[in-house]
Amino acid sequence: MNVRKRLLSPWAKPLLVLLLALPAAWLIYAAFNDLLGANPAEALTRQTGDWTLRGLCVVLAITPLRELTGTAALLRFRRTLGVSTFAYACLHMLCYAWFDQGFAFNDIWRDILKRPFIWLGFGGLICMLPLALTSFNAAIRLLGVKRWQTLHRLVYAVAVLAVLHFFWMRAGKNDFAEVGVYAAVLGALLAWRVWKAVQSR
Amino acid sequence: MLIRLAPDAASTDLPSDITPKADYLNRRALLQHSLGLGLLTSVGGAWSQNSPAPTVVPGKLTALPNKRSALDNALALEVPTAYAYASTYNNYYEFGTDKSEPARNAHSLKTKPWTLEIEGLVKKPMRLGLEEVMKLGAMEERIYRMRCVEGWSMVIPWIGFSLSTLVKHVDPLGSAKFIEFVTLADPKTMPNVGSRVLEWPYVEGLRMDEAMHPLTLLTFGMYGEVLPNQNGAPIRLNVPWKYGFKNAKSIVKIRFTDKQPATAWNKAAANEYGFYSNVNPNVDHPRWSQATERRIGEDGLFNKKRKTLMFNGYEAQVASLYSGLDLSKNF
Repeated sequence: MNVRKRLLSPWAKPLLVLLLALPAAWLIYAAFNDLLGANPAEALTRQTGDWTLRGLCVVLAITPLRELTGTAALLRFRRTLGVSTFAYACLHMLCYAWFDQGFAFNDIWRDILKRPFIWLGFGGLICMLPLALTSFNAAIRLLGVKRWQTLHRLVYAVAVLAVLHFFWMRAGKNDFAEVGVYAAVLGALLAWRVWKAVQSR
Repeated sequence: MLIRLAPDAASTDLPSDITPKADYLNRRALLQHSLGLGLLTSVGGAWSQNSPAPTVVPGKLTALPNKRSALDNALALEVPTAYAYASTYNNYYEFGTDKSEPARNAHSLKTKPWTLEIEGLVKKPMRLGLEEVMKLGAMEERIYRMRCVEGWSMVIPWIGFSLSTLVKHVDPLGSAKFIEFVTLADPKTMPNVGSRVLEWPYVEGLRMDEAMHPLTLLTFGMYGEVLPNQNGAPIRLNVPWKYGFKNAKSIVKIRFTDKQPATAWNKAAANEYGFYSNVNPNVDHPRWSQATERRIGEDGLFNKKRKTLMFNGYEAQVASLYSGLDLSKNF
């Protein structure tokens, strides 16, 4: 099939990397050209958070899509998607620490104690760290496929933490419409896995 | 760090129909001035003299003639926030909880005709048309700092007169201890009324002595013009030493009572929003610090947030209202 052939093209991955860099490139451009509205610090923090959530949705959709459509070639892109999602999470954290807190680590510490929703976000980032650090072939060999796979199931915890982080942040305004969308998508993707696991028993 | 992401950058790209060129030029001139001379000496900028630079009128809405206020501390010597920001970054939940939503949705608000009802413990309860209310006092421009409870602030040239003018006109009874401000809640024109975010209508309140303080402004305009809908047209309140949510927007009823009014945010979360809600850097919100604030449009991305001032910088004028009151308990 044509699509499958295209997915296997040597250009597919570089193209994907370029595509994934676009939101970050736009945000940097927008920041320097004052296109982010009245509160650019808030806009940058929120939008990098949004892209992290979107990245999680896409990366967790790979396996279900692959199985449902029988497109094994999709697997090639999972690592790129995962690492770039981690990159957006890091940018999100950086925006908070830099633009909101000015790298005043004492203040950050106090702020985190005051705002438990930040714990959840930070927890999610910490869970992503071992996944990002083992996202190369040698790591899989070193750990063994089984252990590597088990470790990378941590991404499910990341998804849950990310949604809870977003939910708690929006709770101040009782505004859960957007949270609901991400919760539904990620919930469905996780539910599919549970259903699969139950079936294969 | 010379990279500035504030709207004064020459490359600024806000839609030109929102902020007129004169406004940019003015801000740029101020900035160049402050960078060139002001940084070390802090004198020499147009706004660092005794009177602020003339307000730049955006030319978007009906002009509202006014005179600059002579009241003590009524003209902040700070650069006013760009009109484009003050009129597009708003908390007005009746039109949506995102700060960009009021500017997009508030066009549906009908401000004409408008009736203000005055009732409760007054000798002369009355219903006044907007024009009658506006004739009660002389229109003054006052440049106030506006500190949002969320941790950001603006500097806005408002137009109106002291609320006390209206209060004296309706002659409250001796038993009146508080004033309650009831705002419009019209599900037909306000898309978010009916959501469960807050109890509608949005109600705010002041103690009588707070209401009578000359700095408490009954507001009809900003930046030389009538209020844009998203900023609370046609009548709103400004109590500059309190967090922004105390400033009721689109007021339809002013009620004099002997009981402390149950205010909207206090009803929604009493542990987070007290009746007084005075700006106080030493009393944190339960979920975040109130020690610092980001001045919209002024503090660039790489600037540290500025320190929040006690009573938002109006301590000399208003601290005596609260002598003997434990501000950490009565937040």
